Amino acid sequence: MSDPARSVEFRGGGFVAQRKRGVGLMVFIVLLLLAEWGTRTGFISALTLPRPSDVLLTFQELYQSGMLFKHLIPSLTRLVIGAAIGATIGITVGVLIGLFSLARAGLVPLVAAIFPIPKIALLPLFVIWFGIDEMSKYALIAFGTFTPTVVATYAAVDNVDRTLIRMGQSFGLSWRSIVAKIVLPGAMPGILSGLRISLTIAIILLVAAEMLGAEYGIGAYILQAGSLYDLERLFAGVVILSVLGVVVSGVIGAVERRVLRWRV
Amino acid sequence: MDLRLDNVSHHYGDTEVFRDISLEIPSGQIVCIVGPSGCGKSTLLRMLGGLEQPTSGRVLQLGAPPQGCLNPLTYIFQDFALLPWRSVRGNISLVLEDHKMTPKAREEIIADVLARTKLSEFADALPKQLSGGMKQRVAIARALAVNPAVMLMDEPLSALDSQTRELLMDDLISLWTRQPFTAVYVTHNLAEAVRLGHKIVVLSRRPGQIREVVSLETPLAERRYGDASLEAQQQHLWGLMRDEAAAADAELLHV
Repeated sequence: MSDPARSVEFRGGGFVAQRKRGVGLMVFIVLLLLAEWGTRTGFISALTLPRPSDVLLTFQELYQSGMLFKHLIPSLTRLVIGAAIGATIGITVGVLIGLFSLARAGLVPLVAAIFPIPKIALLPLFVIWFGIDEMSKYALIAFGTFTPTVVATYAAVDNVDRTLIRMGQSFGLSWRSIVAKIVLPGAMPGILSGLRISLTIAIILLVAAEMLGAEYGIGAYILQAGSLYDLERLFAGVVILSVLGVVVSGVIGAVERRVLRWRV
Repeated sequence: MDLRLDNVSHHYGDTEVFRDISLEIPSGQIVCIVGPSGCGKSTLLRMLGGLEQPTSGRVLQLGAPPQGCLNPLTYIFQDFALLPWRSVRGNISLVLEDHKMTPKAREEIIADVLARTKLSEFADALPKQLSGGMKQRVAIARALAVNPAVMLMDEPLSALDSQTRELLMDDLISLWTRQPFTAVYVTHNLAEAVRLGHKIVVLSRRPGQIREVVSLETPLAERRYGDASLEAQQQHLWGLMRDEAAAADAELLHV
């Protein structure tokens, strides 16, 4: 008996992430067009959502009046200084925890205790400690960046391939060389992905700090617009924040591509 | 420089890894250590190089390491242990950077070992661009760079496919023939042991003890793939190990 030949059915595809260009942008555009259409036809009332084209106009005004940079520059300064302080201390402490058992035993519970505190709740305290000026804002942002950076860093140090460290020891490398040439580069991928999260948290805290007491800054601008129920300006501020988030993520992505070229 | 193990025993907690091992590693020879899995071959090798301390007994260095030796006891690992963020040149340079030498001297050493392992063209490649065999060649070059008195090789060819293994064995033999080095070569592959070993130490299963030491007289350069006398030696070794290996395989692990 001869059975008819039948081709074997393919059942292997799927479950692989593929790169689709432009789809992300399309989602944005479609959502914006829907909002524009809704507000124009009255399907969405003006109280619910501002018209995207109006937001764009407000943004243009903001730019032309020069107020954009008056708000943006203090915000960016706070973000850069605060996040730099927090990330630097965070990476340092994280590496110490990763390298020394004593530091680990002493600091890990402390970090775990600090992590869940909403840092914004501490702003009044920071105002007393560091004054009402910029220092308290830097401190808040730094503090908020610090905890996720510490956790990511020591996890990254823990994950460095022990066989590489063993190799360094077997060639008689000094402790210093092992840390600088094996542990730190090996922990880099983990540290960078930790920074991705902690810098986003820094943006959130920046706005929070500015809402509580600043003349200029994106947070102050949003707060002002909110209290006047000026939705166009509110959304213009929110768009700036989103763009800031995308830029930060893009910058880290670029750094990763440069520094982690060796990754398979 | 010779190495000697003096009544070495070792425990991990309650598990006795090996018992009363005494062994001499004379300079200029390759000593192969074979044994069933879990008999403590790799632990023994880590002790020889000071990466682990035996519970009792001593590991002795006899005589001074030769002139110009930067790291007397140097390992070659099964998984290569190359830094993925450094090029081939950078990986070799890594082990020289902690020693006082002029940049020119360092470059000369790197160029020399790259030439000896036929890697000169690949100096700037990253490990991820290299095949397994090439990676192990880089690791061998790195070991040669510190001019070791004894090379401690921990299943260096086990992560490679059998063809690459043959090629690398030929490379090791020609390296040894040009300039005899001392090595301890741990393997579970008997064919490798009879090709490369001047002396083959057979360990029993846990707790590891020396069952027999086989000396092979045929010069390394004259041993060929599929040689009949080697085949006979391999048969003899397998006869020694067969029951041990079967028993070790059937053992439950208490970890």
